[in-house]
Amino acid sequence: MSPELIGARMKRYGGLDHAAGRTQFVDDLRAPGMLAAKVLRSPVAKGDLLHIDTSAARGLPGVAAVITAADVPHNIYGPGRLADQPVLAQAIRFRGEPLAAVAAIDEDTAREALELIRIDIREQPAVFDPLEAMADGAPKVRPEGNLFLFGPHPFMYAGEKPCREICSGSLEQGFASADRIIEGEYRQASVEHAALEPQCCLAVPAPDGSLTVHTMSQHPWLHRMELCAVLQMAPHRVRSVSTAVGGGFGGKSDMHADPVAALLALKTGRPVKWRWTRQEELLYSTHRGAWRIRFRDAVTNDGRILARDVRSIRDGGAYACYNYGCIESHCSTVAGPYAIANVRIQGYLVYTNKPPAMTMRGFGVNEAAYACESQMNRIAAELGMDPLELRLINAYRNGDIMPNGHRLESVALVEVLQETARAAGIELPAHLQAMSSQARTGDL
Amino acid sequence: MKKRGIGIAAGMYGTAVMGGGDKSMAVIELRPDGGADLLLGSVDLGQGSTTVLAQMAAHELGIPYDCISVHAMDTAVGPFCAGTWGSRLTYVAGNAVVAAAREARQCLLEAAAPLLKASAVELDISEGKIVSRGNPEASMPVAEAVFKSPLIAGRGSYAPPMRLPDFTTGKGNCFHALAWGAAIAEVEVDTETGEVDLLRLACAYDAGRAINPMLVEGQIQGGAVMAQGQAMLEQLYPCYPTVDSQPQTFHDYIIPTAMDIPGIECRIHECPSPEGPYGAKGIGEITAVVPHPAIAEAICNAIGVRIDEIPITPEKILRALQR
Repeated sequence: MSPELIGARMKRYGGLDHAAGRTQFVDDLRAPGMLAAKVLRSPVAKGDLLHIDTSAARGLPGVAAVITAADVPHNIYGPGRLADQPVLAQAIRFRGEPLAAVAAIDEDTAREALELIRIDIREQPAVFDPLEAMADGAPKVRPEGNLFLFGPHPFMYAGEKPCREICSGSLEQGFASADRIIEGEYRQASVEHAALEPQCCLAVPAPDGSLTVHTMSQHPWLHRMELCAVLQMAPHRVRSVSTAVGGGFGGKSDMHADPVAALLALKTGRPVKWRWTRQEELLYSTHRGAWRIRFRDAVTNDGRILARDVRSIRDGGAYACYNYGCIESHCSTVAGPYAIANVRIQGYLVYTNKPPAMTMRGFGVNEAAYACESQMNRIAAELGMDPLELRLINAYRNGDIMPNGHRLESVALVEVLQETARAAGIELPAHLQAMSSQARTGDL
Repeated sequence: MKKRGIGIAAGMYGTAVMGGGDKSMAVIELRPDGGADLLLGSVDLGQGSTTVLAQMAAHELGIPYDCISVHAMDTAVGPFCAGTWGSRLTYVAGNAVVAAAREARQCLLEAAAPLLKASAVELDISEGKIVSRGNPEASMPVAEAVFKSPLIAGRGSYAPPMRLPDFTTGKGNCFHALAWGAAIAEVEVDTETGEVDLLRLACAYDAGRAINPMLVEGQIQGGAVMAQGQAMLEQLYPCYPTVDSQPQTFHDYIIPTAMDIPGIECRIHECPSPEGPYGAKGIGEITAVVPHPAIAEAICNAIGVRIDEIPITPEKILRALQR
């Protein structure tokens, strides 16, 4: 054993190659006979693609193939049972949804070919505001409605409930004994992952019909399964290589470029690379969804939170995918790292005609923390209490049970709060400095 | 006028997938040059998981860190990994690497025992040498033992235990290794222009055990900058809820860059997780969960008006001050 290695500031593996510009990312790769892909995207946010004519595009010199929905063996992808997104759409649900793809000798030719594709779309009313989408009579993003319907159990996906609900204790009791009721509503904007490396895939077919996909996936194993489902190929015939990735943050948890590059490579028998532009990345890739989160708290004048009632609404965009898990992890933590006996949490996942909101660093918890911590600061201000003290007295201790039933161990919230105060040069009064995450002895 | 304010926030984040069962695997083969090939299915996105996993392998095998070659991220080469998300690699893939390295180490010691005329339990590996605890004379470089033996390899696999919630109540002990964090931000707001200067950020996070503190600090700094963008700058739909006037370049979608980043005081707290390798917890996402509410609060504190919507742009600050 070499004990000094654990806890050691070892130099980054491959760091020198990164610093010297020697690391090969997907876009650095070239294959003989490689074609460039470009995708025709929907100009409207909602509608039906009635007709598509690719003959002129196919006839353009330098174009090797044009594909539409009809060329996709299984035109639906996503994680397992929640797969719901078409590779090339016919029922359009967001502006920029891919409709057709071209492989050509270079990007300019491919772009020129896109302009020769004639499309006939019957536009329909779109809905962008989650609150409007929740109202009766709103245009339907999807035929089944605009709310994701939850099952009775967090791991039993779909069901009949309009929201995921987590309750503990009795709200009524908590509010009955409150000194005051403090309410707040918090909103946060959609943001982009903004990884330095945009989406890119190089698909290389082999003479035996198998395929190597050079991609930048956060999970090549799961994406290979999803890709094989689209292509209707056995997994051992597809190899997924994700050698160097230029940042992910959740933006590479979903397949973006792989299916189109793979389909074009199989159709042409030649390597095909599809590289997204930064503009495509910003306009059409997945993103952190916007949220609107309402808190209603029963509070005592000495800073205890007796009850907390939270309603969260996530703007999920047009497809389900990991949105569902995001709601689960959000609802499990949105009441905050604080011991509160009476809690109700309701999380709604609403479909709108936007690109799908997906995973992003902090997965529902980042947004939960913004709302919850802002509410804690509002409470501290209304009570005229030090916000640090408010947190320390309510902070989870070992043995506390969260609203979702999780019993806590290895808790260190009090300690990290104390440490943060020290790092900021704030001297805590002795009674707060003496606190620890040790299990409580009495009731809450 | 320039006004200063401070804000605080705290947070928690579970390691790996809620409910468990997300598997990662590792294979280690020792080479006759004394090094080892570590085969993984786990992708390093730049955060440094490969470094941390190689450190664990070298530590368990008793060979120098530089002797580990990692071959990962290729379904034709490495074994299965459920992916790089959910703050899971150090914890889940880490446990798999530790298990693989321990099996490879045992395999090596058993092969070396007859060569050193000792029993495997007496042998130890340190700095690339197999040594007998009882007899310091009896020693052999790892390279020689591997060269003289059949394939020396180890397999490792780990999935956090399945903890599904109760079917009727929907409740249960679903989290693994919750990590904890807190941040305090200080800002200066120009009340004439609405411009915000993030002066400093102090934060502390519970890493369980920091396998590589430099990389934990990297996560803390990266998370802080991402949260800074979220609190002050970034909005993909400026006319939300519509999709009009969307930014299309990094000229109009502004993310913080070197000149915007404040001094960040990073503190690492270590409250070990019972199941993590060496007590480690996931640190990847908790570091982006805490700073943005602290920064938002510091701005509200500075101007004396609450703004409950991020990003808090100069425009929103000026409108709030006019109210």
